[in-house]
Amino acid sequence: MTDERDIGGPRQPLLQVRDLLKHFPLKGKGLPFASPRSAVRAVDGVNFDILKGETLGVVGESGCGKSTTARVLMQLISQDSGELVFDGETVGSRALPLRQFRRQAQMVFQDSYSSLNPRMTIEDSIAFAPTVHGLPSREAITRARDLLARVGLQPERFAGRYPHELSGGQRQRVNIARALALEPRLVILDEAVSALDKSVEAQVLNLLLDLKQEFGLTYLFISHDLNVVRFISDRVLVMYLGQVVEIGSSDQVFDQPKHPYTRALLKSMPSMDPLQRTMEAPLAGDPPNPINPPSGCRFHTRCAYAQSVCSQRAPTFSSDDSGHGVACLRYEADTASLFSSEASHA
Amino acid sequence: MSTLQATAATPVSTLPAFKRSRGHWANVAARIVRNPLAMTAAVILLALIGIAVFAPWIMPADPFATSMFTRLKPIGTPGHVFGTDELGRDLLSRLMLGGRLSLFMGITPVLMAFVIGSGIGILAGYAGGFVNTAIMRTIDVLYAFPSVLLAIALSGALGAGIVNALTSLTIVFIPQIARIAESVTTQVRRSDYVDAARASGAGAFTIVRAHVLGNVLGPIFVYSTSLISVSMILASGLSFLGLGVKPPEPEWGLMLNTLRTAIYTQPWVAALPGAFIFITSISFNMLSDGLRSAMEVKQ
Repeated sequence: MTDERDIGGPRQPLLQVRDLLKHFPLKGKGLPFASPRSAVRAVDGVNFDILKGETLGVVGESGCGKSTTARVLMQLISQDSGELVFDGETVGSRALPLRQFRRQAQMVFQDSYSSLNPRMTIEDSIAFAPTVHGLPSREAITRARDLLARVGLQPERFAGRYPHELSGGQRQRVNIARALALEPRLVILDEAVSALDKSVEAQVLNLLLDLKQEFGLTYLFISHDLNVVRFISDRVLVMYLGQVVEIGSSDQVFDQPKHPYTRALLKSMPSMDPLQRTMEAPLAGDPPNPINPPSGCRFHTRCAYAQSVCSQRAPTFSSDDSGHGVACLRYEADTASLFSSEASHA
Repeated sequence: MSTLQATAATPVSTLPAFKRSRGHWANVAARIVRNPLAMTAAVILLALIGIAVFAPWIMPADPFATSMFTRLKPIGTPGHVFGTDELGRDLLSRLMLGGRLSLFMGITPVLMAFVIGSGIGILAGYAGGFVNTAIMRTIDVLYAFPSVLLAIALSGALGAGIVNALTSLTIVFIPQIARIAESVTTQVRRSDYVDAARASGAGAFTIVRAHVLGNVLGPIFVYSTSLISVSMILASGLSFLGLGVKPPEPEWGLMLNTLRTAIYTQPWVAALPGAFIFITSISFNMLSDGLRSAMEVKQ
């Protein structure tokens, strides 16, 4: 891929996320100036890289901070601390002001209906962003129609329509076209196919793969659907309670999962073979409250391997040579011996 | 319609024009035309406005000519179809000419409050946070007063006269419209399409112009039309109290006031100005209801 905007070369990660932290303070009821007592720790020290040209899947239960991470990456909400480095430049610095970053990173939302202005024709919706960045509206409309054709909607039939006249799958194609209208390098797909029928979902996934090839895109693909993530992702990141617990290539994470949480998640996937049906619920209960997360390793309350050390010491994230990283005390040299082999049947 | 075309550097018309679907407002219009109640109200209002506008040319008699011999004639008197008032003036002519001031006093404050209140409410709603709190709490102070009391207090403080009455009525309606505008804007501001617009790098002003206004002005407008009847009644009330229009200028509220002494001798004549106020305000309410149901259809 040759892109004159490519600064650091192919080895430079497209986006580096460093110690990202976003807490939502709970307002004290009553006094308006009372200091907030506690906060929802939605994103609590997240580190990862998105490599150029890859699709990074993000999985995790509801409420684990996937969507908040996406919104902070898009700078729709600002982080409390931590930084985003896009192709070597810190987002918001003089070298890469926010407005320039936004030309290069776009997002597709889950709800295809509420993410389109009901009073705008779809070609106007797609052409909005380019006109904001100074493209004459005639060219913006031309680009919008090209993109409509590219995502499989004939412009002569669809350009002048309003969102309510389209089906969910068609609207999500429009949303994808809108995200591509600024010719971004990174597209964040936040549960972008989750609300679609299975057959439509498959079409849109194939469309996403085609577009990635054609425009040299990099995807951050957030989903709770493990099958979809496995299908589309080169690498997979697993989040639990606002933290990254495992990251690795798709094959590593799905075939040799290290973290007990990842294993439990994979066990929850329905099997295609009725004889191999999963009989027990691998993960009991709801995730703990992110306002007051468990001490030590956050997963120890639900972990099949948990030992007493797990509630006292937080694991540090470490990667092996192949890039397979995990945050679990079982893989740390000084604590690995504390875990006996009798739990390994789980 | 399209804000993109409005800011076009080169005309879009040179592109192949694809068939556009009927827009939101065309759909609303199509639905309201099929609503018999709303259309009846619209016809009545158009007739009343037409009569008021052309009153000087179609009045049967001079509305200011008094006569001691024709005082308080009943309805149906030859030459005075609607009878005469306490000074012998032709009531039909006075009602026709009085419609001008009454409608003017009903519509103008709402229109001014619509502009100012929407501005305040959209600003508060889009800014959110501290700005929102500061603006809306200030508005709440005004909102806490009953509208009749506030209108009378402001009018009384400013002194009698049409301009002062209009000003006080405008101030009465601003908080009500601002509240609606704020709540609708807050709702739109949280929608994904505004987030998507922010993610595209658009500034707050552009987003409000292109994405917020079109989605909030409709509901605010519907609410405002329902205020016209309130405004007419309040304006009539102010005139009744001697705080609005001054005699001998005909205005429905003022006429109701001066005729009230005749309620025992000519009750039907005395009730006529009130009947006109009632018909006008109920028509505005019906039209507003029709507009609301025409816009509420889930798309």
